[in-house]
Amino acid sequence: MPDDKGHFGIYGGMFVAETLMGPLAALREAYEKYLQDADFLAELDYELQQYVGRPSPLYFAERWSQRLGGARIYLKREDLNHTGAHKINNTVGQALLAKRMGKTRIIAETGAGQHGVASATVAARLGLECVVYMGAEDIQRQAMNVFRMKLLGATVVPVESGSRTLKDALNEAMRDWVTNIDDTFYIIGTVAGPHPYPAMVRDFQTIIGREARAQILEQEGRLPDALLACVGGGSNAMGLFYPFIEDNDVAFYGVEAAGNGLETGRHAAPLCAGQPGVLHGNRTYLMEDAHGQIIPTHSISAGLDYPGVGPEHAWLKDTGRANYVTIDDNEALQGFHDLTRIEGIIPALESSHALAYATKLAPTMTTEQIIIVNLSGRGDKDIHTVAEHEGITL
Amino acid sequence: MSRLAACFEELRMVGNKALVPYVTAGDPEPGVTVSLMHAMVAAGADIIELGVPFSDPMAEGPVIQRAMERALKHGVSLDDVLEMVHTFRQTDADTPVVLMGYLNPVEVKGYAEFAREAQAAGVDAVLLVDMPPEEADDLLSALYAHDLDMIFLVAPTTDAARIKAITAAGRGFIYYVSLKGVTGAGHLDVSGVTEQVAKIRAQTSLPIGVGFGIKDAESAASIARVADAVVVGSALVRKIEENTGSGDRINSAVAGLLAEMRTAMDGC
Repeated sequence: MPDDKGHFGIYGGMFVAETLMGPLAALREAYEKYLQDADFLAELDYELQQYVGRPSPLYFAERWSQRLGGARIYLKREDLNHTGAHKINNTVGQALLAKRMGKTRIIAETGAGQHGVASATVAARLGLECVVYMGAEDIQRQAMNVFRMKLLGATVVPVESGSRTLKDALNEAMRDWVTNIDDTFYIIGTVAGPHPYPAMVRDFQTIIGREARAQILEQEGRLPDALLACVGGGSNAMGLFYPFIEDNDVAFYGVEAAGNGLETGRHAAPLCAGQPGVLHGNRTYLMEDAHGQIIPTHSISAGLDYPGVGPEHAWLKDTGRANYVTIDDNEALQGFHDLTRIEGIIPALESSHALAYATKLAPTMTTEQIIIVNLSGRGDKDIHTVAEHEGITL
Repeated sequence: MSRLAACFEELRMVGNKALVPYVTAGDPEPGVTVSLMHAMVAAGADIIELGVPFSDPMAEGPVIQRAMERALKHGVSLDDVLEMVHTFRQTDADTPVVLMGYLNPVEVKGYAEFAREAQAAGVDAVLLVDMPPEEADDLLSALYAHDLDMIFLVAPTTDAARIKAITAAGRGFIYYVSLKGVTGAGHLDVSGVTEQVAKIRAQTSLPIGVGFGIKDAESAASIARVADAVVVGSALVRKIEENTGSGDRINSAVAGLLAEMRTAMDGC
């Protein structure tokens, strides 16, 4: 998976304007070539070790596991990466590819700002021009990340169209790309978009699962029983799941954002409560109305606030290989506080969705069983959101 | 013979090129669209491209994005657009109508159901910006079973092998996108267009339309010299935006620009 046209079953594909079909073919060709290229892979390894700080630890959350009284819970510490989240695994890979392809300018879309920061960071590291598209609504919510990107030398372009959030930022980045194809590389931040992005971003993120698999074998001498990760677009989940895909005894749980509750309609859970459709270059589950218009989403976590999801997740859902579940805003906040107080780790609100689901799942399992939760990012960026939600002025 | 084929044949006989205005259905409100379609025909339009509003129009520049947002504020759906075409057909049996939009509304309705309803409404052809021939087999079977043409785009980045595949899959006409960019962009390069149109013509006997970047009589005339159809969108939609609030003023502003283009094209 995928097939040569980028299909995961009926999902995925290349649903873009004709102008992009040629450049996508060129990208696919370059990516397939460098994936086999020893020099490229050595450079990528070096950057991941020395710049990102890999491997990230697989930490046994002993106190938290005991409190929950069930499975032993391990945390894959992507929060300890440079820039504080898993996003940089992918931006390093794509930016190195951009350089090999002779591109001098990179563009990116961002919601919460984590992917934007990770893109601006590698652009600074490699001396590339960087333009980040961000919904005007999100720019207000994430002022600190906007300033970080500017410090790193990126231009942050506010997107005023549509719902002024992540999906509109993606539209605008596509419009930039179609206009500036000759010198520009578009770094998509998640396992969505037209082929080859879903497979390419997955491949760059599988470092998470490859490390976790080796680490758990070393620390426990066996494979885990369950893997948990939050799913917005789904890159941290695919990165963790994929190296275990043939291990049929390892259950996968992708945790979507239920926002104010699935029944309110104010959520961001296309896999659990959406329908298949076509958006942003791929066929996948979407939040859409009866006429095929994309509808607004809500989550306390800006990084999960997206109406689509990577096509491979759609495929894993339909085949039953992965389970998709939801956690609402309040449950996520509880997960945020639990980990902070019990383990001394402040998690991102995105990752807090996966943590909150662990608090439900672990007690149903025995103390001999093992869960790995992807702690995809750190929560420093979210303390204003948490404070505001609790009526505290900082 | 289909309405599109008859239209191109008739123009060819008199040595003229097709003038193809684009407007977004339901912009700025649903009540104006049918009357605007008739006004455009009276001003010299040969084929009408009617935009189906979509929440995420990735290939559109700001002018058409805003048009779609105005239409969506009124809840204009694919069903409503088909209804407008049906109404238009009551008093215009000849002017071909091409629906232009994005795949998802058609995907959600279902290809077979869409093809049946579109044919019944009097639609002649469909252009879906984000549907390349690689993904289109099922849609093409549904459309062609209902005598609807599928119009595909060719871009400046399309190589010879793809031109061949696209011209083999498409029907009605081929739409050449004159520039790398979104609708309403400003950098029309006529000699580049001439070169690419010649490459397309070497592969197909289908008529070739050119769009993106055509905004006035002069650019319309220069494209008419090399192509079979001249598509104009953002320049007209801007007239609609400037006259929001009065259907009459919209009709006369749009018709005024089209008439200038018509005159310039026919004189070249």
